[in-house]
Amino acid sequence: MRIPWRLLLFVTVIGYLGALILVPISAIILRVADAGFATVLAQLGKSEALHAMKLTAILSTLAVVINGLFGIMAALVLVRQRFWGRKLLDTIVDLPLTVSPVMTGLAFLLIFGRAGWLEAPLEAANWKVTFAFPGLVIATLFVTLPFTLREVAGVLVEVGTTDEEAAVTLGASPWQTFWNVTLPNIKHGLACGVTLTLARALGEFGAVLILGGAISGKTQTATTFIYAATEERKEGAAFGMALLLAVVSMVVLGFLEWLKAPRKEN
Amino acid sequence: MTIRIDNLTKRFGEFAAVDNVSFEIADGELVALLGPSGGGKSTILRIIAGLEDADAGYVELGGERVDHLHARLRQVGFVFQHYALFKHMTVGENIAFGLKVQGVERAEQRRRVNELLGLVGLKGLDGRFPHQLSGGQRQRVALARALAPQPRVLLLDEPFGAVDAKVREELRRWLRRLHDELHATTLFVTHDQEEAFSVADRVLIINKGRLEQQGTPLEILDEPATEFVARFVGEVNTYDTVVHGGRALVGGLDVPVLHQQDNAAIRLVIRPYDIKLFRVETEGLATANRVLPIGDRVRVEATLHGGQPIVAQFPRRSSLLRGVEVGCRLGVEITHSRAYPVVQ
Repeated sequence: MRIPWRLLLFVTVIGYLGALILVPISAIILRVADAGFATVLAQLGKSEALHAMKLTAILSTLAVVINGLFGIMAALVLVRQRFWGRKLLDTIVDLPLTVSPVMTGLAFLLIFGRAGWLEAPLEAANWKVTFAFPGLVIATLFVTLPFTLREVAGVLVEVGTTDEEAAVTLGASPWQTFWNVTLPNIKHGLACGVTLTLARALGEFGAVLILGGAISGKTQTATTFIYAATEERKEGAAFGMALLLAVVSMVVLGFLEWLKAPRKEN
Repeated sequence: MTIRIDNLTKRFGEFAAVDNVSFEIADGELVALLGPSGGGKSTILRIIAGLEDADAGYVELGGERVDHLHARLRQVGFVFQHYALFKHMTVGENIAFGLKVQGVERAEQRRRVNELLGLVGLKGLDGRFPHQLSGGQRQRVALARALAPQPRVLLLDEPFGAVDAKVREELRRWLRRLHDELHATTLFVTHDQEEAFSVADRVLIINKGRLEQQGTPLEILDEPATEFVARFVGEVNTYDTVVHGGRALVGGLDVPVLHQQDNAAIRLVIRPYDIKLFRVETEGLATANRVLPIGDRVRVEATLHGGQPIVAQFPRRSSLLRGVEVGCRLGVEITHSRAYPVVQ
């Protein structure tokens, strides 16, 4: 008998994807339905849940804006400038992709936390970083650092410098050149990078847990809220927040796909 | 406006891309920088525009040194090989760009764009995007964009390199006509000798970062200063030989040689169209190997009776070709030749 390889391949791939992605998402949806949407909504309407959502929204926005701007600047430096140590720096900026966020959190604790390097000056300034909002910001910025940078750097290499040189010979200032020529050339890479940054910021757990402490109503984000709710057996709240995050992530993913879709260049 | 460069040198690491080059271009002249790829022509152009800094030497525009001036202040129109049009802007916006960044009024921008569209023969296309245009049209837009801010000089880097042969021919004639109309001082880079000779008033030959020769197309064709130039601007026959009493022997050929010392080792360079071959029934000086009709010309490949090959070319209907066929004996006459000392 001939072995239907194509069919086998297809069934394996679909089965694997189903088991890993579709089943868990369906499980969450079913669980929420089971508990009743009204109950879950009521749980999410409570002040701790709302605070966690607001905090995640603020952190994601900060990550997008700050690392968006920094990503463009860093990509311009890494792609367009030649200096000693460029290769090394180019590798180091990818560190947040490979290092465990928990380890990152610990590393920052050594700097800002109790008996940390900056403990005395921070205390003198009465500025609390760990287990407070600044700690969450630092954690989120660190884990989302490379995305915009990488996407924009890739596009910068691809488009080259001729367009910018043309603008310069036509009398454009550096700012006019950036605004009128460079930015439109990198806009797709920038949009992809920002989307990935947003997705990463929404889902970050380890670093914000360690540095932020997940104090309910203070430093609890959407992800640490889910963790705490599960621990406390508040399943309705946990699954409700999980579903909300899943929906937002899927919207972000859909937007990314739409950005990547080939379309007529104009 | 005149362009003058003085002892210009540019190194990339160990490699001298431009090696002590000096030349001058008069106001209103159309000049070609001709040479093989990678010979430093584009680097010279980029240094003049301020896109690259020279390691030594300087550039003058209109009699004033411009080394301290940033590219954006040099008022140089530059046309890039692959157009470098702004993809997200329309043709009109592309042409208006140089005026916009200098704060020219909108009405004036529009007037100038229309004027230039007429000049480059693209009236009515100002709303199109670059990807909706053909290669030739894009090149015209790039030229119009460079001309819009009324540059002091116009620099074109391999302007017709990226379009197909037929369009290239058209663009060349068009560029020449445009220049005759505008008289903008223009310097363009090409590796195509036909392009240089058919468009430019004067041609500068650049090889390995050095200026080999400058002159009118006729001067360069008929009096190539170096063997490199002779070889670069067309096919040649070359023979290594020695001068005796103002003459050199190649096989049975006896060629007069001017301006060379007695007993000097020389390389004789002869163009295929400076040779007459004709059928003889006696001994002759050569034997025909191949007779190839190429369009309006016929190429005859033969072997001299010393064993050296010789290639000649004739108009298709030339009476000299009568009876010339493979294996026949040939008489040979050299009508023009040049000798270069052999550098040991």
